[in-house]
Amino acid sequence: MVKAKALFNDLYQPAAIEVNAAANEVTVKNNTHQADELHWRVPVSGTVYGAALNYKGELDKLGDQLHEDPYKEPPKAPVLYIKPINTLSPHQSVIPLPAEEKELQAGAALAVVFGKTATQVNAESALDYVEGYTVVNDISIPHESVHRPAIKQKARDGFCPIGPWVVQKDQVSNPDDLELRVYVNNELKQTASTKNLVRDVKQLIADVTEFMTFYPGDVLLVGTPENPPLVKDGDKVKVEIDEIGALENKVLSDKQG
Amino acid sequence: MKRARVAVGGAVHDAFEYNGKVKLTDGRVFSEQEVEWLPPVQPQTVFALGLNYADHAKELSFSAPKEPLAFLKGPNTFIGHNASTKRPDEVTFMHYECELGVVIGKTAKNVKKEDAYKYVKGYTISNDYAIRDYLENYYRPNLRVKNRDTCTPIGPWLVDRDDIEDPMNLSLRTIVNGEVTQEGSTKDMIFTVPGLIEYLSGFMTLNENDIILTGTPKGTTGVNAGDEVITEIEGLGSLKNHIVSDGVFQKS
Repeated sequence: MVKAKALFNDLYQPAAIEVNAAANEVTVKNNTHQADELHWRVPVSGTVYGAALNYKGELDKLGDQLHEDPYKEPPKAPVLYIKPINTLSPHQSVIPLPAEEKELQAGAALAVVFGKTATQVNAESALDYVEGYTVVNDISIPHESVHRPAIKQKARDGFCPIGPWVVQKDQVSNPDDLELRVYVNNELKQTASTKNLVRDVKQLIADVTEFMTFYPGDVLLVGTPENPPLVKDGDKVKVEIDEIGALENKVLSDKQG
Repeated sequence: MKRARVAVGGAVHDAFEYNGKVKLTDGRVFSEQEVEWLPPVQPQTVFALGLNYADHAKELSFSAPKEPLAFLKGPNTFIGHNASTKRPDEVTFMHYECELGVVIGKTAKNVKKEDAYKYVKGYTISNDYAIRDYLENYYRPNLRVKNRDTCTPIGPWLVDRDDIEDPMNLSLRTIVNGEVTQEGSTKDMIFTVPGLIEYLSGFMTLNENDIILTGTPKGTTGVNAGDEVITEIEGLGSLKNHIVSDGVFQKS
């Protein structure tokens, strides 16, 4: 059992829960429920930022391109983007597939949730500002280029499923050694590990807060691994992270466009 | 009406312009200097446009984009009128950018150009500072250039939509230490306000109080610690900002 907090059903405030991931059970005030019996809601309140190109495998895939136009040289600072509030969507929600698209990319991401205001923090103390961790499926319309901000590909409604819950920081043994798995229709499509981050969690927090502040409730996605699985209309997609939980959503064509 | 959010007497208040002064909703009237100015709406989703004036794109040696070059900014970067923006001591190219800010009035999805103004609540001024030393070619303009703490003054007022006859024909200017350094007109935007609302709402939902910063014209130049930077837009007022060194913010 791990300690977490979550928003579900008609709660006004996030509640403390205990999660038994193996049994897919949660305990709330001594009552145990099957996780699927609850109506889950987005468990965070702040701005969601993501780090691109923070898996070594992603940089390796770009290879020589990192030195060519339009990039000219490998990235020096963290490459960041924002998943705005219209993208946030809970566990078991529908991911709308735009009418003109056939497939979407599933981006498995460990999400760091901040508990205290973090400005110019050093790597050694970075985790002091963290409240806990959750799971994000950072959905994108497939695109090759990372030259220009990709809001049309990444900021669509429902493109940031997050949850189901936020696991307390002290329940996670080492955020830099967690396995991530992506299942499409219950078939394992991707396995990755946060061991392969370019900047580990602490260093990423230090390098970002050098120029911008995280507030309580803000979220930082530490990266999405190379070779993201593709999903299509009708697919069930599940992102699972060791010690944190599993986030499942269904892709459905957005008939209204 | 010109609306504002200010802090005075230890509390945050909604306020409006009254004979050149600031009137709180409880009736008290203060001078501009007696209140602490906050961003006129609390920023949530904020878009900004790169290279949206042909003359500015040319100045930076870019051809005008075929599709809007839009990026997002976080709440951390916004400050109100009369506040201070920190300038890292080691940089060379910190540029101001005077921009028309459009505040969305209600939920907007798949809005056509012809209807776009119905979704506008009002207009404000923003100074969208960029520190070009930190430009890299990944998701350019990257957040290290464009989303720094204190680097986006906005305000002082949110001016009601119907008080501005034609937002696509407003003069803009920037005044650094009393000298006019940037002049332009919103009529030179490549993608217009209705065009941007159609574009953005065509692939995502816009919500009340979302803000679109519509880009800057030619004439952006460097600023240094100690400078007073005023960005003005016809009919919207005058947004004042002070540049200070990192040390003022206890940067280690």
